[in-house]
Amino acid sequence: MLNIALKMLFRDSAKYAMLVCGLAFCSLLMCQQSSVFCGLMMWTTATVRNIGAPVWVVDAKVEQANEVIPMRQIEVDRVRSVQGVAWAVPLYIGIEQARLGDGSFQNVQVVGLDTGTLTGRPMNMTAGRIEDLRLPDSVVVDQVAVEKFRRKGIKIELGTTFEINDKAARVVGICRVSRSFLGQPYIYTTYDRALQYAKPSRKQLSYVLAAPMPGISAKELAARIDKLDGVRAIERDDLFWMTIRWYIKNTGIPISFGTVVILGLIVGVAIAGQTFYLFVHDNLRFLAAFKAMGARNSTLAAMVLAQAFSVGFIGYGIGVGLAAWFGNTVLAKEAPPFFMPWQVPAFVACVILFICSFSALIGLAKVMRLEPAVVFR
Amino acid sequence: MNNKIAVRVENVVKSFSGGDSRVFALKGASLEARFGEILMIVGPSGCGKTTLLSVICGTLKFEEGKITVFDKDLGKMRNGEITRFRRENIGFIFQQFNLIPTLTAVENVSIPLILQGRPTAEAEKKARAVLEEVGLGEKFKSYPNQLSGGQQQRVAISRALVHEPRLIICDEPTAALDSASGHKTLELLKASALKPDRCVIIVTHDSRIYPFADRIVQMDDGHVIGHFDDHTQLQHA
Repeated sequence: MLNIALKMLFRDSAKYAMLVCGLAFCSLLMCQQSSVFCGLMMWTTATVRNIGAPVWVVDAKVEQANEVIPMRQIEVDRVRSVQGVAWAVPLYIGIEQARLGDGSFQNVQVVGLDTGTLTGRPMNMTAGRIEDLRLPDSVVVDQVAVEKFRRKGIKIELGTTFEINDKAARVVGICRVSRSFLGQPYIYTTYDRALQYAKPSRKQLSYVLAAPMPGISAKELAARIDKLDGVRAIERDDLFWMTIRWYIKNTGIPISFGTVVILGLIVGVAIAGQTFYLFVHDNLRFLAAFKAMGARNSTLAAMVLAQAFSVGFIGYGIGVGLAAWFGNTVLAKEAPPFFMPWQVPAFVACVILFICSFSALIGLAKVMRLEPAVVFR
Repeated sequence: MNNKIAVRVENVVKSFSGGDSRVFALKGASLEARFGEILMIVGPSGCGKTTLLSVICGTLKFEEGKITVFDKDLGKMRNGEITRFRRENIGFIFQQFNLIPTLTAVENVSIPLILQGRPTAEAEKKARAVLEEVGLGEKFKSYPNQLSGGQQQRVAISRALVHEPRLIICDEPTAALDSASGHKTLELLKASALKPDRCVIIVTHDSRIYPFADRIVQMDDGHVIGHFDDHTQLQHA
């Protein structure tokens, strides 16, 4: 009878199209918006992911990765003195102003890597060599810088020069890294040169990056370093989630995206629920005839469920497919942000499952109460 | 026709709640239907004909009395048993045909067999054979809206016969048809449905089809008020 149920559904083309469109739109809305939200959250953690050190040491008052409270240079040595530290290096991150060849300005995020080890270097170089950072005035720019400068009519390539706070910067490499939350280009250089680019200040150390010796976990090392006065040591994954939690708690981003996701749910429930109810209602006479002919309640329930879940499955497939297509398209342009972890389609599947179950239950309630004798009225 | 009883209804009472009061649709109705006969239940609107039909086929529970169909006491059967009994023993022809508009003729006819658990391919093969018997072999892929009223009723008859039930229940089978189509439908029903081991019960108020009845039961106000072996007796009654 499931075959019969599906034929009844698929051949009622108007209601079938309405149901599938409603559920597809609902899936698309929820999937796309959730993925953009996840993408935005990934942008907030770009620094952590790009640098990738196991343990991050920051000022004790820091609440998330993008909040830089400068520390004294001596903190590097204090961290190195903690038992179990394999290595500890300084890292500078600060927003500076770059002046381009035509006199226009662009805010950039200068990343100063430890001169000796270049710890935290970008892993994906599309042009040049990272080691060339040791040459005078050299910097490595990311793809975002190339794109932003191109929009201003300046072509960035190896050998291009510009100024950061009146000091010369010469491009020796181009890399591809995760873009930052505020969209400023990353400019990589050595730690010492980064301090020259930065405005003079008594405290200039942004982070101390550290790694544990073999046999010690990053969490354990972070706990040991955390005991030092005035600093806070955070394991990489903890800093990642701490940053995301901070943005969720302190910005209106989740409310904005959450509203759209809830709207998707309401649209889905309203359209699918109502249309499916109408579909079942229109077929009640025939379902009563089936009942009179000897169909069990369980058979009719299976028919209604098969109809509800088949439109759900098809609508979900189309919606998630469109969201993935959208993601693929925007990923090529890197704006707006888009990141679809498996949890997003799984969450949307659960919501669609709920909508289908809700719709089916409304219909089933009618079917279960149906008197087969109504066919004679 | 033989004298073996297929359906026996004894003093059946059935009421419906109508707000604060109860409305009695059957007030002790009794009748017998035999194998190999067409029994027509006739009477004015609201006399309880359809209610009687509903309790005979077990789609409606009754409160008092006794109904036996093929020696099975419906009053003692559980819901599941009655459902299975209907599935295996009863064929239905409804007033409005109740053909599923989104299914083809052959798919509509195969439903009773599919409900019995037969594979779809086998059910459709049998359904097509029955459609050919009623002269709709060419139309087996047609949807109900592509068929005339008479053709739709022939599909409905095929659906009632396809699983070879022992009892055929017809509710106003000619109500939605013109006189000629109604006549043809009854001829077809008599030719294809009536067998020595089968009983056909028809509820109707269409006097034009009375001549097709072997016996007629007349109802009024929830009671059976007359049994007639010949329709001319009814018209004179």
